[in-house]
Amino acid sequence: MDELDRRLVNALQGGFPIAERPFARVADELGLEEAEVIRRLARLRADGVLTRFGPMYDAERLGGAVTLCAMQVPAERFEEVTEIVNAFPEVAHNYERRHALNMWFVLAVERPDEIDATVARIEAATGLEVLNLPKLDEYFLELKLSA
Amino acid sequence: MIDATDRRLIAATQAGLPFVARPYHALAEELGLNPSEAMRRLRRMLASGVIRRIGAVPNHYRLGWTENGMSVWDVEEVLLPELGPKVGALPFVTHCYRRPRRPPLWPYNLFAMVHGRAPEEVAAKVETIRDLLGEACRAHTVLTSTRILKKTGLRLTAG
Repeated sequence: MDELDRRLVNALQGGFPIAERPFARVADELGLEEAEVIRRLARLRADGVLTRFGPMYDAERLGGAVTLCAMQVPAERFEEVTEIVNAFPEVAHNYERRHALNMWFVLAVERPDEIDATVARIEAATGLEVLNLPKLDEYFLELKLSA
Repeated sequence: MIDATDRRLIAATQAGLPFVARPYHALAEELGLNPSEAMRRLRRMLASGVIRRIGAVPNHYRLGWTENGMSVWDVEEVLLPELGPKVGALPFVTHCYRRPRRPPLWPYNLFAMVHGRAPEEVAAKVETIRDLLGEACRAHTVLTSTRILKKTGLRLTAG
């Protein structure tokens, strides 16, 4: 990543225009060429520096539901359980964490009643208990971290 | 509210926008929509909050934010309406939620995600939260993440 990549990532964590040629608009603002912006973003995406590029949807406003789940996975089963859990399309994010509860994943489903059903299916597939920790209140949500 | 056409747009953009000069036109063409109609619908969803924002989602590890501490706190429930927003307002807290306790395994009801470029930075930030919570906090811990196992956008069928 060079300085220009960093500027792009910082500038584009939100506010990407809805316009006929949005990359050209971004390029104008940053004093770059449109083709350069597209090329760099495509490379950052392909390299995994960006995990996504596009609209971020609010699952709850779409009538869906999101929750955070935790599991205590025996060390010797960790890779196997990771595969099982990740194979569920409802699992949006999954992190390994240093704690007795060592696997933490986010479920995103289209209807609120699917949360319990999905939790039950993950428990059945893994043979492990899933702690469902839905958010009860949200105090802040800001994802911007500078590059 | 969103209709079936909006849902098709959502399904088609979940993996992201194409890296071409006219991404919304490419999207509209794929769906057999008029490009201005597709853009109008996306603007409306952005205005109503169905779309939170449009842009890049970085892998924060790759940006050098390698230390991500999920700090969790057992805070007196009645004090949370006052203290939660104070913790959430700290500039280094990126997510802050009240969640249910699951005793005995999980006694914590306040979650505050703290990011840093070094372990000491996260530890110092967690101390700041501890000072802020003071006597209201009975116990806390920090769960550092050691690996991203999966990270995708939400998935929705065209339904």
